[in-house]
Amino acid sequence: MVPHISAETIRRWVPLFVLLGLVLFFTALNPHFFSVRNFARIAISATPALMVAVGVTFVILMGSIDLSMEGTIAVAAVMFALILNRLGGSVVGVGGLAIPGALVVGAALGAINGLIHVKLKIPSFMASLSLGFVGVGLSLLITGGDRILIDDPVFRSLLTVRFGGFPLMTYVALFCLVVAWFIQANTTIGRNFYAIGGGEELARGSGLNVGRLRIIAFVIAGVFYALGAILAVARLGIAETETGRNFMFVSITSVVVGGTALAGGSGGVWNTLIGVLIVNVIGNGMVVIGLPDYFQDGMLGLLVISAVYLSMDRRAFSFVK
Amino acid sequence: MFELKNVEKRYPGVHVLKGVDFHINDGEIVGLVGENGAGKSTLMKIIYGAVQPDAGTVLIDGKPVHFRHPRDAMRAGIGMVYQEQSLIPNLTVMENIFLGFEAPFVRMGAINWRKMAKAARHQLGKVKLDIDPATITSRLTFAQRQLVELAKVLALEERVEGKLVILLDEPTSVLSRKEIDLLFDVVRELRRRASFIFVSHRLDEILTLSDRVYVLKDGVIVDVVNGKEARVESIQKKMVGRDINEEYYREDRQLDYRDDKILLELDRVVCKGRPHEISFKLHAGEVLALVGVEGAGREKILRSIFGMTRPEKGSIRVEGEPMRAFSVSNSVAHGVGYIPRERKIEGIAGGMNVYENMTLSQLKDYSTGGVLKLGAEHELARDWIRKLSIKVPSENADCGNLSGGNQQKVVLAKWRSSGSRIIMLDHPTRGLDIGAKEDVYDMVREMSEKGVGVILIADTLEEAIGLSHTIAVVKDGEIKQWFNCQPGSKPSPYDLIRYMV
Ligand SMILES: Nc1ncnc2c1ncn2[C@@H]1O[C@H](COP(=O)(O)OP(=O)(O)OP(=O)(O)O)[C@@H](O)[C@H]1O
Ligand SMILES: [Mg+2]
Repeated sequence: MVPHISAETIRRWVPLFVLLGLVLFFTALNPHFFSVRNFARIAISATPALMVAVGVTFVILMGSIDLSMEGTIAVAAVMFALILNRLGGSVVGVGGLAIPGALVVGAALGAINGLIHVKLKIPSFMASLSLGFVGVGLSLLITGGDRILIDDPVFRSLLTVRFGGFPLMTYVALFCLVVAWFIQANTTIGRNFYAIGGGEELARGSGLNVGRLRIIAFVIAGVFYALGAILAVARLGIAETETGRNFMFVSITSVVVGGTALAGGSGGVWNTLIGVLIVNVIGNGMVVIGLPDYFQDGMLGLLVISAVYLSMDRRAFSFVK
Repeated sequence: MFELKNVEKRYPGVHVLKGVDFHINDGEIVGLVGENGAGKSTLMKIIYGAVQPDAGTVLIDGKPVHFRHPRDAMRAGIGMVYQEQSLIPNLTVMENIFLGFEAPFVRMGAINWRKMAKAARHQLGKVKLDIDPATITSRLTFAQRQLVELAKVLALEERVEGKLVILLDEPTSVLSRKEIDLLFDVVRELRRRASFIFVSHRLDEILTLSDRVYVLKDGVIVDVVNGKEARVESIQKKMVGRDINEEYYREDRQLDYRDDKILLELDRVVCKGRPHEISFKLHAGEVLALVGVEGAGREKILRSIFGMTRPEKGSIRVEGEPMRAFSVSNSVAHGVGYIPRERKIEGIAGGMNVYENMTLSQLKDYSTGGVLKLGAEHELARDWIRKLSIKVPSENADCGNLSGGNQQKVVLAKWRSSGSRIIMLDHPTRGLDIGAKEDVYDMVREMSEKGVGVILIADTLEEAIGLSHTIAVVKDGEIKQWFNCQPGSKPSPYDLIRYMV
């Protein structure tokens, strides 16, 4: 019997093929694209986005959406910088409390987001969008619009110290990704997210506390946003309201391009990794082949749409919402 | 004449149809029977153009045709009522009936709702369903929705010229006796124009209605028999490949329940929207059947016990402890399990695989500190796949792809394995083949022996009588009559019907 390759299997691998295809394409146009130096550049731009996209993956798996990331990142980044500078300015010693501090801020904002969505029964789209604005406002209030500089060499080593050509932050992000995968594949909450995304009635009928699980998902997402915030600060050495900018579009597109269904129930963090890489390879590749700025944005949009087109099985949806 | 020649279909890990030849003469009613997972639904979907065969030809009056999509099939006069309900719940009944075929009601881009309602009423009249066509579909009962699906298919009668072929995939499994008779009348009446393929696990129905019966086993047509001459037993044997036990309901294994141990007590419970109080006790090892006509309020009782709706008055005690928080998670934590009738919505998570579905309600027992024990999960699934002979390539198969009956088996395994002490079964054998029904009856007996209390809404009166220790006849939300059902002194269906209507 010939091995039977179903449409399902093919669809699962399409995002990876798209990624490989893009790499080949850009390499063909400019061989410099295919170098450790350039890959490191892609990795640096991709790491904070990866954390944010992984966070929102959990929410999307449940069939909800979270748009609060820009606000959460802004607040977490600013709080991180403030705590760090207040406590001696170095992550070695008491200043290190800035890291758990930022994560707690992310978790708290996620919890508020989840509570508003679940307890007040406001659609996650609206609840999180509004909360995102509140976050941006809050961070402006804290900083008064100023930038906070961080010059702790130990913290900056996330960017400056390299192994095998890639900065430390890449490895940190990969480690967090593995943790996320563990949550997704090996814990009850991960399994339950899939169940809720697959059918909420069924999840309820199986005795799951759906409301609580939703809140947990938003909390986990918040923690990952905060991780993204810390890495973003590490990259630039600056924390400000603007730190959160652009993450909403990039992270949601990455999740979708990676093949996680917006309707919930299928996909996961590995898909998100591929998605983030696709988006960043496109962004980087356009620079490498020398397209002007205004052209880049348009092309990015078009490429994203075609990637989404290729990576989703539209026959599975009766309606595309 | 409609013909299939040498049709082949494979899915990863399963060879579903192996060179099937099949034909239907004009005006003929053809029965199609076979075990769960034999390939009946797949065959029907191929005829309907919803699934593409890997090989083989489809001929209408000797001319080859190719349906790429159900729309093509509909244009050729082929209609299908799916096994799992396929109406869109948030649309109105008339929108569902004319979905995709609104053109005759559109004038200058706007739908003439009045005209559509009139046409819909005409279609509903064919199945004697007296409801407002503007009703939102999700408000209807399960059986009403089934009739709407039928009405939707019957709309072909006006839409298409010429001959029709209508495919009915287990249309009767949710209908009451009266509705089944009505369906059969409709079918017989339409014979002048249409031929039918009729799938059911109730062989007596198949034999009363069909001219010819195809027996499908593991994707091969093993026999074609004349409907008038065939006998139920011989068909059963061909389907299952062995003799069916005489002691179908396992009455010899019915033990006395434990009088002294009350698992569940309802004390003057008033369900929402029903004026009557309901009280009963369920003992360890007891099978209590609720019988009544469709809409008598049996399901409401189960849903209250499961914490899905809060009763207006009265108290429910589980093992002596009054239930305060009415939530499903609370009930599940107290050892209550519920196998609902609507498998597609509340039974199976499509997209999750077999073992994930089975352990979903009992992840606590399959994890330590929130971390799953995947090995144990796999083992549980393999164990139950064997026990209930569930037809799957492996425990990693997506449950959404299983045949209807096999999905039902997964749901049964899920609740049985979770160690619930009170299990409520709403039509547990719906859509199961004879062999699988036997397995379920065995399972019920085994549960009783272990001291589990079972509340049953059975598929047929015979099943209720055969399986239960006690029967409560429910009418208009009130328990009208109790029957004791010890082996040897069981009531007859006639005794029950008197109180049902
Ligand atoms: N989309 C699919 N992907 C993979 N396997 C499938 C798919 N559809 C059906 N199958 C498999 O094909 C086999 C036949 O399924 P089918 O639904 O035709 O059975 P059936 O005879 O209708 O059974 P039942 O009486 O339980 O409804 C089953 O083993 C099922 O798992
Ligand atoms: Mg079927």
